Amino acid sequence: MEFADLIKTPKLDGVLLHDPGTATGTGGGATVGTLCITGHHLLLSARQENSQELWLLHKNIDSVEKKPSLSQNVVTGGLITLKCKDLRIISLEIKSAKEFYNVTASLEALSAIQNTELLYPFFYRPMYSILEDGYTMFRPELEFAKLISGMGMGGASSPNVANITICMPSTSSTSSTLAGGSMAGGNIPHPLQNGYAMDALQGGLGGGNVSSGCEWRISNVNRDFSVCATYGATLIVPKAITDEQIVLSASFRDGGRFPVLSYRHENGATLMRSSQPLSIQGIKRCRADEAILNLVLGRSRKGFIVDTWGKGKSNTETDLHYSQWKKVNRSIGNVSSPASILDSFSRLIEACNDLGCSTDKWLSRLEGSGWLSLVLNSLNASCVVAQCLDQEGSPVLVHGAKGLDSTLIVTSLVQIILNPDCRTVRGLQALIEREWIQAGHPFASRHRFSCYTPHQTRNKSSGATFVLFLDCIYQLYMQFPCSFEFSTQLLVLLFEHSHFSQYGTFLCDSERERHELKVHTRTTSLWSYLNRPDVLQTLLNPLYEPNANVIWPSVAPISLELWSDLYLRWVIDQRSSAAVMSQIQELVTREKELRTQALKLRKQALELSQEVCTLMNNAEDA
Amino acid sequence: MDFTRFMNKFNEIERQLSPTSALRLSFDNISPETEEPPDGNKRLWGVPVPPFVSEKVVSWIEEEFNEAPVFYNGNSVLKKVENVRMIDRYNTKNPTVGTLYLTATHLIFVEPDSNKETWILHMHVASIEKLPLSTTGSPLLIRCKTFLSVTFVIPKDSECHDVYTSLLKLFQPVSINKLYCFNYQPAKDDFPKNAGWDFFKLEAEFKHMLVPNENWTLCSMNESYELCDTYPRQIYVPKEATKLMLISSSRFRSKGRLPALTYLHNNKASICRCSQPLSGFSARCLEDEQMLEAIRKTNPNTDYMYVVDTRPRINAMANRAAGKGYENEAFYENIKFHFLGIENIHVQRASLQKVLEACEQKSPTMSAFLNALESSGWLKHIRSILDTSSFIANAVDKGVSVVVHCSDGWDRTAQVCSLAQLMLNPYYRTIKGFQALIEKDWLAFGHKFSERCGHIQTDAREVSPIFTQFLDCTWQLMSQRSESFEFNERFLLILHDHVHSCQFGTFVGNCEKDRLDLKLAERTFSLWGFMANHLNEYINPLYKPNVDESIKANLAPQCIKFWRGMYSRFESGIHPREPLGDLLLDSKEHCNSLEDHVQHLTKRIASFKNYISKSAKKLQDATSTTSKVSKETSSTEINDNKYNYDKKLSELSAADDDHPLKASNMSFANLSLNAEQSSPAQALPDELNSVAVDWKPMRNVTTCSCSTPFDQFSKKTHCWRCGDIFCERCIDKNVALPGHDSGKAVPVCRGCFRQMQKQSP
Repeated sequence: MEFADLIKTPKLDGVLLHDPGTATGTGGGATVGTLCITGHHLLLSARQENSQELWLLHKNIDSVEKKPSLSQNVVTGGLITLKCKDLRIISLEIKSAKEFYNVTASLEALSAIQNTELLYPFFYRPMYSILEDGYTMFRPELEFAKLISGMGMGGASSPNVANITICMPSTSSTSSTLAGGSMAGGNIPHPLQNGYAMDALQGGLGGGNVSSGCEWRISNVNRDFSVCATYGATLIVPKAITDEQIVLSASFRDGGRFPVLSYRHENGATLMRSSQPLSIQGIKRCRADEAILNLVLGRSRKGFIVDTWGKGKSNTETDLHYSQWKKVNRSIGNVSSPASILDSFSRLIEACNDLGCSTDKWLSRLEGSGWLSLVLNSLNASCVVAQCLDQEGSPVLVHGAKGLDSTLIVTSLVQIILNPDCRTVRGLQALIEREWIQAGHPFASRHRFSCYTPHQTRNKSSGATFVLFLDCIYQLYMQFPCSFEFSTQLLVLLFEHSHFSQYGTFLCDSERERHELKVHTRTTSLWSYLNRPDVLQTLLNPLYEPNANVIWPSVAPISLELWSDLYLRWVIDQRSSAAVMSQIQELVTREKELRTQALKLRKQALELSQEVCTLMNNAEDA
Repeated sequence: MDFTRFMNKFNEIERQLSPTSALRLSFDNISPETEEPPDGNKRLWGVPVPPFVSEKVVSWIEEEFNEAPVFYNGNSVLKKVENVRMIDRYNTKNPTVGTLYLTATHLIFVEPDSNKETWILHMHVASIEKLPLSTTGSPLLIRCKTFLSVTFVIPKDSECHDVYTSLLKLFQPVSINKLYCFNYQPAKDDFPKNAGWDFFKLEAEFKHMLVPNENWTLCSMNESYELCDTYPRQIYVPKEATKLMLISSSRFRSKGRLPALTYLHNNKASICRCSQPLSGFSARCLEDEQMLEAIRKTNPNTDYMYVVDTRPRINAMANRAAGKGYENEAFYENIKFHFLGIENIHVQRASLQKVLEACEQKSPTMSAFLNALESSGWLKHIRSILDTSSFIANAVDKGVSVVVHCSDGWDRTAQVCSLAQLMLNPYYRTIKGFQALIEKDWLAFGHKFSERCGHIQTDAREVSPIFTQFLDCTWQLMSQRSESFEFNERFLLILHDHVHSCQFGTFVGNCEKDRLDLKLAERTFSLWGFMANHLNEYINPLYKPNVDESIKANLAPQCIKFWRGMYSRFESGIHPREPLGDLLLDSKEHCNSLEDHVQHLTKRIASFKNYISKSAKKLQDATSTTSKVSKETSSTEINDNKYNYDKKLSELSAADDDHPLKASNMSFANLSLNAEQSSPAQALPDELNSVAVDWKPMRNVTTCSCSTPFDQFSKKTHCWRCGDIFCERCIDKNVALPGHDSGKAVPVCRGCFRQMQKQSP
């Protein structure tokens, strides 16, 4: 398929753009310009100096609404309203019937392209040289070695840090892979090629403290994605569990998502995630699965299984066979399917865009959207899990139904609450890589349609789980504005790039698909872009002061705040909040500068004073 | 007062004594009214003993009860109850156990384990409720006007009843003369009694607006409140207005509140305020119509003006039946009449009640909270006040004058007039300007503070959170345009506290006349005087003066927020854990300290350099002269002599500004005695020690050095000298630091204060 076939009108003059987003700035809100449609972008330029050009990625377009204008029953053109995934709504007024239909058809076709390989990331080539490849920065064996060994968690002094033993995979086939492991084209990286893994290995063998928890190893059982289609190729499993047992456990779990390690707290308590257990043909137990959990339990008396789906809706482990595990229900919502989360998000945005309604109406629509309830419940569930880990020191297994949505919200929020590392730019990137991208959150399916697509047009697999996750981080941020290295701007950026992007990070539904399409070699990673110093600089929180503590948020309804910087950014002028940020930046910089200046002057003054003293003494002597 | 306290204590002691001792103390025959001057010699635990008590009894009591449990922190205690449990909403499972002290002014709860104290001012108590007896004791629910709500569980029901009845008597006095302000004494060296009372003068505020001028004049007819007793003595009216017009207009308006100027914008558009006309269905008053026309004519730029009735149309209609009502556009020429729909005080009171219920829900869900918030209608009311204020501000900004009234023109009118001015003029967004605005539109124009706040026992239907709403609206504007306000949230909260506390005379009474009659300026302290001593706490660190002339409020419902910091202020645990405002204010102060220090160092360095270069020159001169010695011996001698002779003198006075000795401000006498140590070069280490370059980070500081724990509400303050963090009580000293150039008095901790006093006696 050629893009040219889809583009019926590549260029059109005299298009009138209505953009309420810029209306607040200029007052007019309507500009006349030339419209260009390319394979990936919609461009509108007034062709004047100082005038802003509109660049819109087709992938950003969520819905195209057309309203032909009639004059004596003849279509003389019309208004195309583009509702975008970044929540912006713009309208194009076209004064020719033919062009109106052509443009509409082109945009509809281009924004609905299904073939991943035709998307912009496969065509985009960065204009800068990549300093650090985002695709290799967060390889699982590297990340988990850090996690398990406690490295980089500021927990080097913790007594339980070094009880990892990363073992060679047991099967001979994997050994050969390892022996000849080459990084060139291999998407399954070598666990021992990496310094961290080696260190962790040695540390584990040396001063290993195995009093709590269990030992872990890297398993490549899923290297061809046959055990679990949505997991990555490299997984962390208890050391004593064989790959055969894993295969058995996978067959017992929905989608093959057997329990894997998600996080290990500094006190040794482990967080696992999986999908719900299955009971196919009346078989309600799996000894391999029980073995995994028993190993994780180690010497602790009890563990917790936190169900994020809601009692009775998902299958749970039977009390009989998992007697030491206490089941806790912490559902995110009444119906917490990804599609219903998107429904809620959609209602929220609809309410946010209606500036003319009454206060009562607004509050009742805000309540009716149920969005803040979802946020509150997510935080609540995460706090419960975090408490089990931090205060009880017990292992926790989190699962919902498929383990792709609410499960990931909880396991990743827990880490932000407990682990100061996850509150840094790099830590957040690593967390998203580990707990979302590599854990198989189906970004492509979830974000194919967003909140402006009418409910009936959306398919079942669309969702707004990741948006919910970002909102939860925002709430934590609001309560601990000095404990995050990044600013909320990074969260907005992640919101955008997860929906449409020139980078390949959020492409596809799973590692398997990314592997098949060779996304890692054919596209650029978002992290490669973000971690460039000049970009990073704009995303840092001026008030950041590393906080090694656990950040326990308030989960009272009154403590939640609407994320107006994101949800209202196109309809209500957010310049004031931007101005506040820059003033804060100014103040903090000034404080630092003054401090250095004062210290410098002090030194100088002391030196001079000594000189003066000598001179005075000399003078007196004379 | 002292006598009753003494009696109370004595009775208590007597009760304890009676079972074991035959000694009975009975003063029944002495009536408490006979307040005889106490004998200076006889004092029992610091309280004067009435003369009829014999020395013997006093010394016996002192021996027997030497622990003297009757004082708490300098406050004599009326009642002390131990093993009281305090329950707050989020901590029902583990209540804190401590001792409850009831003093004449406060209820104090002390947790012995954590050293934490909760002080509740009786004046702040809004209601006291005895809840049904529980297994652990009798609970007493106390709600405060500051939105603190707390339950004390007292083990013995009789004791609970005692506390309950005492509080009932104390929290809302019957007579205005019994208010706290008439007894309140600030700490000794704080500020004098007259401080603050003369900060704001109505004439000065109007002069600020260039009034009187060719259009507006000061009307002398209300000098002794003849025209209207709830107005200020000075009222400003159009020059054209005749005496007859003023008198008739005043008679035609409810409570005599005739139209008077409150704000004149720089484009000649003005805001005038009044009460509703007594128009009924058909009554007219020609003079009142002329009065409004005269007001319109003060603004030659437009041929009409707005008359804004802030009430909903239906309310105004209802008032018509009572012979009141609104202006008829047919009679009043050149006016455009608008109803704007702010509900009355009763609706607002009920709404606040519902807000508090929403905040107090037991383990609420998000939906329950949002529903409760919606059904309270509070945000709707806040929005309608802002909406009306914006309407007025926009009209004035565009050059159209506005006359505003509601029913009596002292509630809604005060709200919208002051908010419109806040939007229009940056002056009112400064600390001083905001206080001036309150003085003018609230105090002078007769907002009934004592009734609305329930200072004394009155009709509960007169109580309404009108001023609270004004502060809320100000907060809404602040959160939308934070860089435009000089003050911060704390400033608004302190205002709210003291409007109710009656600690200061400022807000006591219902109008200017009341306050004069009560002689408040002589008998009480002024809040403005108190606040002047704490200005640094009220600064908004992000304030940018003069960024905008007028600001506009965003009235979209999405922008009107619930003010958690006010209505849920005392719910520990629901607020951001890292309070941004406090941290930024602290950074700002740190910057100020460093700037001052840098300034000082720069000057020092300059003077040192100057001295060095001068000495070098002299040295050069000296060497050059010695080299010439052979040629000009005589002249060298003279030069040398002169040099030696002048040396001290030139260093002390003749030298210019940058001389090192002069900068230290040392007197001659001091120098000659102790020249070595007091020279600036030697003083430098002390100067450097006096300013902390690094301030201790706020995070992880959980207790002050006095072991008082820091919680959500306690302000952490840095000592500018040592950089350590202290609670408010430990950092009550302000002194100038030698390392600062400005010589401004800055906060230092007690330890530093002592050290500094040692250094410079």
